[in-house]
Amino acid sequence: MAITETRPLALPSGEPAQVDLHPVGVFERPKAKRGWRSWVTTVDHKKIGIMYGAAALFFLLVAGSEALLIRAQLWSPRGTLLSADAYNQVFTMHGTTGVFLVVMPLGAAFANYLMPLQIGARDVAFPRINAFSFWCFLFGGIFLNTSWFLGGGADGGWFMYAPNNGVLFSPTHGIDFWNLGLMITGIASLTGAINLIVTVLNMRAPGMTLMKMPVFTWMTLVTQFLLLFAIPVLTSAQFLLMFDRLFDANFFNVAQGANPLLWQHLFWIFGHPEVYLMILPSFGLVSEMLPVFSRKPIFGYPFIVFSGVAIGFMGWGVWAHHMFVSGIGPISVTTFSLTTMFIAVPTGVKILNWTATMWGGKIRFTPPMLFSIGLILMFTIGGLSGVSHSIAPADTQQTDTYYIVAHFHYVLFGGAFFGFMGGLYFYWPKVFGYLLDDRLGKANFWVLLVGFNLTFAPMHVLGLQGMSRRIYTYDAGYGFEIWNKIATIGAFTIATSVVIFLVNIFRSYKRSKDLPPPGADPWDARTIEWMVPSPTPEWNFDPLPTIERVDDFWYRKYGEDENGNLVRIAETEDVIQHGDGKGVHLPSPSYWPIVTAFGLPIIAYGLLYTWWLCLIGGLIVMVGLYGWAMEPPDDPDAAHGDEHGPDDETLEGAELATAESASTGESAEEQEVQTVG
Amino acid sequence: MAEIAAHHRGLMADRDAHAPTAHPDHATNTGISNTKLAMWLFLASECLLFGGLITTYLLYKHPLPGSGPGPRDIFDIPFTSSSSFVLLMSSLTMVLAVSAIERGDHHRLRVWLAATALLGATFIAGQVYEFTVFYNEGLGYTTSRFSSAFYTLTGFHGVHVTVGIIMLMSLLLLSLRGRLPEHRAETVEVVGLYWHFVDVVWILIFAVVYLIP
Repeated sequence: MAITETRPLALPSGEPAQVDLHPVGVFERPKAKRGWRSWVTTVDHKKIGIMYGAAALFFLLVAGSEALLIRAQLWSPRGTLLSADAYNQVFTMHGTTGVFLVVMPLGAAFANYLMPLQIGARDVAFPRINAFSFWCFLFGGIFLNTSWFLGGGADGGWFMYAPNNGVLFSPTHGIDFWNLGLMITGIASLTGAINLIVTVLNMRAPGMTLMKMPVFTWMTLVTQFLLLFAIPVLTSAQFLLMFDRLFDANFFNVAQGANPLLWQHLFWIFGHPEVYLMILPSFGLVSEMLPVFSRKPIFGYPFIVFSGVAIGFMGWGVWAHHMFVSGIGPISVTTFSLTTMFIAVPTGVKILNWTATMWGGKIRFTPPMLFSIGLILMFTIGGLSGVSHSIAPADTQQTDTYYIVAHFHYVLFGGAFFGFMGGLYFYWPKVFGYLLDDRLGKANFWVLLVGFNLTFAPMHVLGLQGMSRRIYTYDAGYGFEIWNKIATIGAFTIATSVVIFLVNIFRSYKRSKDLPPPGADPWDARTIEWMVPSPTPEWNFDPLPTIERVDDFWYRKYGEDENGNLVRIAETEDVIQHGDGKGVHLPSPSYWPIVTAFGLPIIAYGLLYTWWLCLIGGLIVMVGLYGWAMEPPDDPDAAHGDEHGPDDETLEGAELATAESASTGESAEEQEVQTVG
Repeated sequence: MAEIAAHHRGLMADRDAHAPTAHPDHATNTGISNTKLAMWLFLASECLLFGGLITTYLLYKHPLPGSGPGPRDIFDIPFTSSSSFVLLMSSLTMVLAVSAIERGDHHRLRVWLAATALLGATFIAGQVYEFTVFYNEGLGYTTSRFSSAFYTLTGFHGVHVTVGIIMLMSLLLLSLRGRLPEHRAETVEVVGLYWHFVDVVWILIFAVVYLIP
């Protein structure tokens, strides 16, 4: 066909070329393989996963600093570090950042990086939508946090109850930033959910039926379904709030007979599935790590899977246990008490299964294993205090006290975050090609465990003693001082452990240059993501593996003798892939996802300040969407033939490829001149 | 210049005609294409979005006494029934459009796409007219809890129809430029799924808002 001759075959890295065949006449298809441009335009699920993780760790530092401010303020009675107003903003933004910009994106990071590898796919179903999801999340998070510089953050608690969220009670723009920012990250979650569900359902490697999928992939699937149905409920509530605050609607205007419970119901119908979708990815990670470090298959694979699915379904029927004191009536209270007790069952099943997985195993206490065990213990404490909330009379006593704060930090920090930390240590060599230091990792774990318990265990006591949450100070003489002091010391201990983690990343990277590379399978692991080289090549698998059973990779290495004992049947070196894939066709990078996502916060600023910004933002989004739609998902001219197959595009080959392309580029230009002439 | 532009357009059309559809070479696990499955999932999610707004309307369907007109005072059932009929008929023309491209009848595809968009636009015009009449009868957006809930729910649906019209017009333009070959018939089908969903939601909204007292 004539077109290929009129274009340079390959372009010098990342430079937009001057050929006339670009999609809508704005951007040439980006070609960069390294440098910032390759990250901005990437559609590679691995790079997107890494960016999700990096952004989440950044926001972790933000949320952590806010937590330290809170704890410093509560160090002693009548603290004066923060005013009441500033304190409201700090705890609201701490909660919002922690939930939406740390835990959820960490889940998205692992889902993006691992899930396609675990199902044996080359990428997700819609690589550009994947990039769009990430940029929406990032821009939404940044937009939310710019409120600090534009009149102060939101101040209504992360659940933003009505009518307290109205303009009357919160006249600054803080809550508008919260509202619009979370709508933008909601778009990220929704598009991401659709993308990942389609990927799991449609793109599994040959032989991988649903019941042969790794547990993490299963939990990702459940999580994404929860997101798919929970996010729109929050969005509808936020629409109502937006119209109330910006256009004087009457949804939460009590003077017009509005019912503030509407917000509570909508928020918690979203909010309770939300807590499960934050914890399930961690459950999945732990279910990957425990079998590896116990050298046993997961105990009761179908039970682990179906209890996860059961949590996904039952998570929709428990929301009103957040509202026992709001006067919803005895029948509702009884119903939701019972459903809340029932949902503890599938969670208990998982804990039993994990314990049984370790039972009799050859346990290696590596940092990932320590974090996994930490999760089981801490989550059990948090789960039990959660069951104590299902008993409505007790919950009435606990509502709005520090007991609740203790509970949800035990499940979200001791549960979800411990799992993610373990996952980071476990998958670090797969992602970055070097192992994190073992001793620093163990120090990281123990300091975190001690700090965590110092911070949150005393809050149980504080809560039962009657200390309200969300108050900016307390009086001396109620017996609160000692526990608050311990909690504050604990918070700074947690900060120390985060510093240890960051130090570990840099120290291990420096040292890794003198150490042998970890190889594809440093942990003697079980699932197929460990078959590919570390770091994962751009095209994931050379030939796609055919899956015969759960833990397929393990059974390529090990078999059983007649007594049922484990025997090695193949060397790891012989069953792993070597990253020499040729002619693998990959989706092409694109500018349009970031352009489209960039328009959204501009629209949001426009809604708050001046209308013409909405127009500009809307225009950017429209141009982005049309540019996107007109651009073919796979650039027909890129990465097709063997002359620039993926083997030329690895980091080592990049310079060579550039040198080559310079010469081809020249000759192509000549050809083009001739054609145009 | 014009010659080059025409040449360019020809090249683009040629390239699109030969561009791969989603990934025809490897079949999906479910047998449903990625795009179609994604649209179904998106629509499932939309159900919850409309669900939240419909619930809100049901909660607020009666304004406080003395705060402006209520639903019985202003609704013009025959008028809205006819505009609902127009919208429902657009589902028929949408089906005809999908069937046309599957047969490779590009002329009829364009006719039916245009007809669908026109019927949708008629519905939107009806909504704009209805809103204007209500406004003149004293039902502003901020008048009462009923007015806020009513305008938000029906307006939100109207925005969905408008987005649908934009997609239909885009398909029409693509087809006119020769960039919608038969093997990409699924694109039309997926837009059709969205369009039918918006129609079905309107049946629900029409019943809940206008018909059930």
